[in-house]
Amino acid sequence: MTTATLDDRLGTTWKKPPLITNPALRWGLFVGAAIYLVLAVTSLDVNWARVAEGMSRGWAFITSFFNPDFTSRGSDIWDGILESIIITITSTVVGILISIPIGLGAARNIAPLPVYLVCRAIVALSRALNEIIVAILLVAIFGFGPLAGFLTLSFATIGFLAKLLAEDIEEMDKVQAEAIRATGSTWLQWINYGVQPQVMPRLIGLSMYRLDINFRESAVLGLVGAGGIGATLNTAFDRYEFDTAAAILLIIIVTVMALEYLSGIIRAKVQ
Amino acid sequence: MPVSTDAQGAKIWQLRNRKQTLIRWAGYLAAVAIFMWCWQRISEATTWFFVWDAPRIAADIGGRAWPPRWSYMDNLWEPLWDTLNMATLGTLLALVMAVPVAFLAARNTTPSAVFIRPVALFIIVATRSINSLIWALLLVAVIGPGVFAGLLAIAFRSIGFCAKLLYEAIEEIDHTQVEAITATGASRWQVMAYGIVPQIMPAFAGISVFRWDINIRESTVLGLVGAGGIGLQLQSSLNTLAWPQVTLILIVILAAVVIGEWVSAKVRGAII
Repeated sequence: MTTATLDDRLGTTWKKPPLITNPALRWGLFVGAAIYLVLAVTSLDVNWARVAEGMSRGWAFITSFFNPDFTSRGSDIWDGILESIIITITSTVVGILISIPIGLGAARNIAPLPVYLVCRAIVALSRALNEIIVAILLVAIFGFGPLAGFLTLSFATIGFLAKLLAEDIEEMDKVQAEAIRATGSTWLQWINYGVQPQVMPRLIGLSMYRLDINFRESAVLGLVGAGGIGATLNTAFDRYEFDTAAAILLIIIVTVMALEYLSGIIRAKVQ
Repeated sequence: MPVSTDAQGAKIWQLRNRKQTLIRWAGYLAAVAIFMWCWQRISEATTWFFVWDAPRIAADIGGRAWPPRWSYMDNLWEPLWDTLNMATLGTLLALVMAVPVAFLAARNTTPSAVFIRPVALFIIVATRSINSLIWALLLVAVIGPGVFAGLLAIAFRSIGFCAKLLYEAIEEIDHTQVEAITATGASRWQVMAYGIVPQIMPAFAGISVFRWDINIRESTVLGLVGAGGIGLQLQSSLNTLAWPQVTLILIVILAAVVIGEWVSAKVRGAII
């Protein structure tokens, strides 16, 4: 490029520079992706006759969204949604309460190394395990019901909140914390007046976001017997009662939208 | 001024005045009351005998689940391949659908902010708020069990996520570059290709890899509702109480998730 003079380049059409500059790597990636795609698509065994047969059912489902049936299983839907909300609230509260000490422990600038390693291990474990798998194991151990769902989501909340809280604490302004230290504060006072005010807005925002996630997750825990609306939804699909299923999905969507709107207001207020 | 007087009449500074303090305490009281009521409902729905029995059950399951049955690994390679395909092809399909939705939802590229933008935003919220397991449940009922249903479930679930992040990236682009392309007399599509797309390309690549990583996690459990992949093996092992197989499958899933996260972190590091 540096040797090319203006005269050489006059008359030639400008070309967009490629995203990956190394040509060997670029073509290697292209060819590799193409081979993988061919292999993947050919190994995909689609029963098109079954798909075509299902289209009418799919259409019935889409139309049932315009004619949802809230009443004929009304009490089941109400109980399921209420249980989902209960699981959401309790697991978010307990999850936050547990993740605050773990988040403090997982911040390298506050915690000594052994505590740091233990807390990071807890966070990594909680993040690596899928909620549904945790729910299956907890249902096997604690029996069917909302308690297993509550424990699952509390556990999942810890991994999420503690990690982000720890990162926030690690990025905080040291000067303020040092100023509190210099007044001769105890460790608790130091955390309370030097660290907490700095991370509070983000902690509240993240908690609201997690409340939203927990509600969405609580809707599927019922599939494996951990309580909530999922069991009702599963039954509705099994019976091909698409109008009831559509009603449940609409309630979930509206609740999530309402929660998102609410968390937007709260986050705008604290920040 | 939030100041109170003590017994000697000296003034004491306080953070809040009397009314603010009372309102806060009422708020705390209401929060605790709601939590306790919720806890009571959970407690009523729980068989506490099983809970007190839990340590013994957990030890029992743990004892049966160890050591994992390594020979079962031969049956897992194919479901693992299916799982990878569901995640990858699902992500690709989702991106194909998410790009137009994102352009319709971004305030600076939407053709009509009054009519089309709300529709695009609704698609984003609706696909995002329904979990991929529910999508799988629905698609298994409609088009039958198999990898294809899982692939579509992953794709539909990812539309909202990808489109939301992408349209936020589009709204944050540098307008002067778009203006420069427009000033050359470029058509609407040329402005998009030369003014907007190069600016969002890094964000787009990052979002794709990030979502692919999440989809690897999600596709491992879709088999529980019959949508193919390694979850099917997990379900059948659980149903037959073959705990050593369950342990092996969980180890494999954990390994897949960790490798997926590693690849995604490497690729994102290379892009950004």
